[in-house]
Amino acid sequence: MMEWLEPIKTLLGSAWLPVWTVLKIVLIVGPLMGAVAYLTLAERKVIGWMQIRIGPNRVGYFGLLQPLADGLKLFMKEIIIPSGSNKFLFVIAPIMVLMPALAAWAVIPFNAELVLANVNAGLLYVLAMTSLGVYGVIIAGWASNSKYAFLGCLRSAAQIVSYEIAMGFALVTVLMAAQSLNLGEIVKGQQGGYGALNWYIVPLFPMFLVYLISGVAETNRAPFDVAEGESEIVAGFHVEYSGMAFALFFLGEYANMILMAFLTSIMFMGGWLSPVPFLPDSMIWLLGKACFVLFLFLWFRATFPRYRYDQLMRLGWKVFIPISIIWVVVVGAWMQTSCWLW
Amino acid sequence: MSFVDVAFYLFASITVMAGVGVVIARNPVHAALYLVLAFCSAAGIWMLLEAEFLAIALVLVYVGAVMVLFLFVVMMLDINLLQLREGFWRWFPFGALLAGLMVFEMIWVLGSTQTADVATAVVHGADYSNTKELGRLLYTDYVYPFEIAAVILLVAMVAAIALTLRRRSGVKSQNVAEQVKAKKADRLRIVKMPSENKVSSK
Repeated sequence: MMEWLEPIKTLLGSAWLPVWTVLKIVLIVGPLMGAVAYLTLAERKVIGWMQIRIGPNRVGYFGLLQPLADGLKLFMKEIIIPSGSNKFLFVIAPIMVLMPALAAWAVIPFNAELVLANVNAGLLYVLAMTSLGVYGVIIAGWASNSKYAFLGCLRSAAQIVSYEIAMGFALVTVLMAAQSLNLGEIVKGQQGGYGALNWYIVPLFPMFLVYLISGVAETNRAPFDVAEGESEIVAGFHVEYSGMAFALFFLGEYANMILMAFLTSIMFMGGWLSPVPFLPDSMIWLLGKACFVLFLFLWFRATFPRYRYDQLMRLGWKVFIPISIIWVVVVGAWMQTSCWLW
Repeated sequence: MSFVDVAFYLFASITVMAGVGVVIARNPVHAALYLVLAFCSAAGIWMLLEAEFLAIALVLVYVGAVMVLFLFVVMMLDINLLQLREGFWRWFPFGALLAGLMVFEMIWVLGSTQTADVATAVVHGADYSNTKELGRLLYTDYVYPFEIAAVILLVAMVAAIALTLRRRSGVKSQNVAEQVKAKKADRLRIVKMPSENKVSSK
């Protein structure tokens, strides 16, 4: 399949590996950025339909050029740096949001062979990368030197740290079931003769819910968007940002959503595996499952009002963490019996 | 110089510079951010030693959780720099003594001939899983020390929480269980009624 690459390989010599890796990174990040752009359109359209509106339909047929128009508009705008702010941190904060959201894609397997870095500790790497995203929010809130931004960043720091624990425990059950930290191995552990019944969503259903809801909280999406809270603290941590700096926060949020959708599909819904035994496994299944999870994200936003802050903390600490710890013990005991079929 | 050497010197110099930054930064938030940088580059050095579990756990636990809470607290404090510097020269000899002791310890351990051959990483195959190996050791050979450490941490955690529990009278608080139990019918009554004035169509 890769024979036509051989002449280029010999031409480049030892420079081949870096060039090939950079090319693969571009092949992941390029479509990802396109998906982010069109996810914003999909969000406005889907929520529009749910609320019996039309959504954007002016730019291009069916509003299809709307993301490009939005991007162009943000690109032309001036980036204002507040005079009392810390300039270096103010500029670096949006980059800190986007960087981990992109870096985590290095270990995402698209099918049995297609993965940029097939590392053994892939799951840990993903957890570490997603936990770094909070720094962008904290630094943005602090460096802006604004009370609204600061409140947003404090809320977000507390929220992300709280939900990370429940999320980590949900993933502990997955790695117990798969007996591996390698994301590719986790998907292969869900292979079997019964299609969708072999997926970890069946034995680990409560953990699937905990993971999905924690994922919504981690990405600061409605109904857990207290870090932005338009009606309380007018967009929270990014209130002082404008132009492309603001757009980077936006890109980071949507890239994180897509990442979370892919991770949920890989951990619980069998990744690239086909839900029915008579159809072949393919990357299309993974994309379809990710789109379904993304639709859930949009659906939540259109349906639920924002959680009050103390309720949010209660849900994280007093509901999700006890449930997930108990389920770790239950799965551990279950796996010792002959009733464990996965 | 191989790629690994270049990477090591890069990470090591960043770690040292960030460590110096932690000490000399005037703003405590900057100091905390330097500490984050120091942790990240230390994780890079551990990664070069093929200790991938430790490296990622360092980023996950210290950078992702501990330092976030640390920043959280530091940002909310109103720190007066002048007050902080008041006793500097009085405590300087004590600090210098501690620093000297730590330098001596490190030279003693790292410079001795007995530890010299331990310092090189053992080469493993591609399918070697650092995480699995650590888990196996922790739960077989070192299971009692591991469990005792866990119990001590648990006790410390319970104690820390118990310290903050002070019953005060006259404090207003919400009964969350009751709030959660509330149904739509308790609060809301939907009344259907015909519109009073028919729209006249002339």
